Amino acid sequence: MTINSFYNTPGRHTGILSWILSTDHKRIGILYLTSMFSFFFVAVILGVLMRLELIAPGRTIMSATTYNAVFTVHGVIMIFLFIIPGIPAGLGNFIMPLQIGARDVAFPRINLMSWWFYISGALVILVSLFTGGGAPDTGWTFYVPYSIMTGTNVTLAVFGVFLLGISSTLTGINFVTTIHRLRAPGMKWFRMPLFVWSLYATGWVQILATPVLALTLLLLIAERLFGFGFFDPSKGGDPLMFEHLFWIYSHPAVYIMILPAMGAVTEIIPVFARRTIFGYKAIAFSSLAIAGAGYLVWGHHMFTSGMSDMARMVFSFLTFIVAIPSGIKVFNWVASLYKGSIELVSPLLFTITFIFLFSIGGLTGLINGALATNVFVHGTYFIVAHFHYTMFGGTAFAFFAALHFWFPKITGRMYRESLAIKAWIILFIGFNVLYFPMFILGLEGMPRRYYDYLPRFQPEQFISTVGSWILAAGLAIMFYNLISSIFRGEKAPGNPWGGSTLEWTTSSPPPHENFEDLPVVTGGPYRFGKKE
Amino acid sequence: MFMTRQVIKCDENKDHPSESPLAKGGITGEEEKHDYQGAKMGMWMFLFTELLLFTGLFLLYSTFRSKYSQEFHAASAELNSAMGTFNTVILLSSSLTMALSISAIKEGKKHLSIMFQRLTIFLGLFFLVNKYFEWSAKIHHGIYPNSPELLQRGKGETIFFGLYYLLTGIHGLHVIAGIILLTVMMVLTKKDRINREVFIKLENSGLYWHLVDIIWVYLFPVFYLIS
Repeated sequence: MTINSFYNTPGRHTGILSWILSTDHKRIGILYLTSMFSFFFVAVILGVLMRLELIAPGRTIMSATTYNAVFTVHGVIMIFLFIIPGIPAGLGNFIMPLQIGARDVAFPRINLMSWWFYISGALVILVSLFTGGGAPDTGWTFYVPYSIMTGTNVTLAVFGVFLLGISSTLTGINFVTTIHRLRAPGMKWFRMPLFVWSLYATGWVQILATPVLALTLLLLIAERLFGFGFFDPSKGGDPLMFEHLFWIYSHPAVYIMILPAMGAVTEIIPVFARRTIFGYKAIAFSSLAIAGAGYLVWGHHMFTSGMSDMARMVFSFLTFIVAIPSGIKVFNWVASLYKGSIELVSPLLFTITFIFLFSIGGLTGLINGALATNVFVHGTYFIVAHFHYTMFGGTAFAFFAALHFWFPKITGRMYRESLAIKAWIILFIGFNVLYFPMFILGLEGMPRRYYDYLPRFQPEQFISTVGSWILAAGLAIMFYNLISSIFRGEKAPGNPWGGSTLEWTTSSPPPHENFEDLPVVTGGPYRFGKKE
Repeated sequence: MFMTRQVIKCDENKDHPSESPLAKGGITGEEEKHDYQGAKMGMWMFLFTELLLFTGLFLLYSTFRSKYSQEFHAASAELNSAMGTFNTVILLSSSLTMALSISAIKEGKKHLSIMFQRLTIFLGLFFLVNKYFEWSAKIHHGIYPNSPELLQRGKGETIFFGLYYLLTGIHGLHVIAGIILLTVMMVLTKKDRINREVFIKLENSGLYWHLVDIIWVYLFPVFYLIS
């Protein structure tokens, strides 16, 4: 590492305090990355255990009650602790200020506070697993009436998620303000890298949707503590109100998860195709369109819950509308590769995998979004397969792509390319072996969240479990490669990939102040001549 | 592609007057910490999230009111509208004193500003005391969430009083948060950290206080005046 790097500029504190009390956006980004991957690791183990239980009908390694708790905790950790903060809070914190040529975010202290809210929320959730009535067993959606009646520790877990919501909202406010106020001289709106555009759209979704989740969770806590009766028909309430309020947030939340992933792959494609992005403005506006339209489609989670036909038709139609900007993006990515001089390295391999898996996830989303087919697949493994293809195959693969892409910038070291490609092949195979059989299981009628199943589902369940081992092996190799490279990798130059956005103009790792001189921008973000 | 800042700074300023403050070459280093516009913008977005929180509550209210309009009408008559009116006057006056404290600091009148801030805090506390008596009276009559008395009165009234406690309760928490915020501001003003030049923190706290006030302005009619 060079002498003038932010790793050597601890600020006022020393030791661990120089990290957990730092207001440097780069250090906070790394705090998020390390904490969220630790939680990710826990949730992966829970997922593997869940698959192991399902390898054969009947009891294999755990009881039915434990299984309920395991899938709930797997979901809560993956959704609220890993994939929602994921790319924006982790990589976004590190990369976004660099990409717009700023010294830090607009509110550095609030940025640190967001991480503290995040880690407190995470700790509260962890405490809830081992105290009171035990780990929550409601599923990550906390649906009433069961979540009000169950004796497990739902109240504390929900309070933890509430704290995570505050963290997410503050990050959104911080990023939107930063992008408005701290762009470098000459960095006009349409000269911003598209990753920044996607974080801008995400920031607005975080601001506009998360308060509704906060309210829903508060209502659930109040209901459990005082018994107001808003969701209890015997007291005049309506359980459907909970589902509406919950999905008013939680559907836009899937765009908090996917939009930054789309932004990240949009950064990677031009660099390794060595040509400018196809349809810059279309991609920028489609991010905003997804954020806008995504706000109005929550009802498609409730097609079988009891809504008027009119409402269902409107929600179904709007769901199809969201597919349009998503499709625009996919076409633009593919068109950007066309006639490029493609360098097939690990970040691009992960990116192309993202496009492939996300397309499967997106198109099966339309099957769920159409009213007639929804009745057939609702609440089956088809849904489980669909959201793992979008969230894991989509967001997580894009996250891995971005992690490899920005790894030299963040750590100042190179990872081993050959090992990265091996990990990628294993992950790709493992992923499909694990989740594709679930589409078939779903169409055959296997309901999600069930502990036991009929013997005729056994072949697919078995294949799926084998897939989980392959996937876990791939993850182990990938993280071994990345972590060992932090210590033993070759030193990375400032711009190892020949990227043209601002973060590559500074050294790797960047100095505390990001840039020696604040950069001045004179053109668009993706301009490629000869590689340096 | 990228030139150093010094080279191009001057002509950039002329060419893009509508760019971000950095593009104007306005904000660097120390000044970034006092980005007045940025702080304002962040605060307004925060207020918007607060507003959305209450929007969800009002959504709940309107759904149930359309379902139980008769019962809501009857239950509302039991609320003490004189007390509600009195509290509205108190909160509106506190918004005035809040605004006056900001005007005072802008003119450099530190002690006047502190006096108005103290008055605002006092009015906020006064509001809470009234609220306390109002709630205790209701609880004394056996009207509180999940109470046998309330359940016996039927679904509509159970929901009405549930909403009453929930909305005024969450609003009350916001008043308490505002009082704590203003206490901090008072200390900062005393230490001259808030002064004639740098008063954004006080101004943003003022915005928060007005928001709490405005939410009450909506809560008052939907609970007290619908009978």
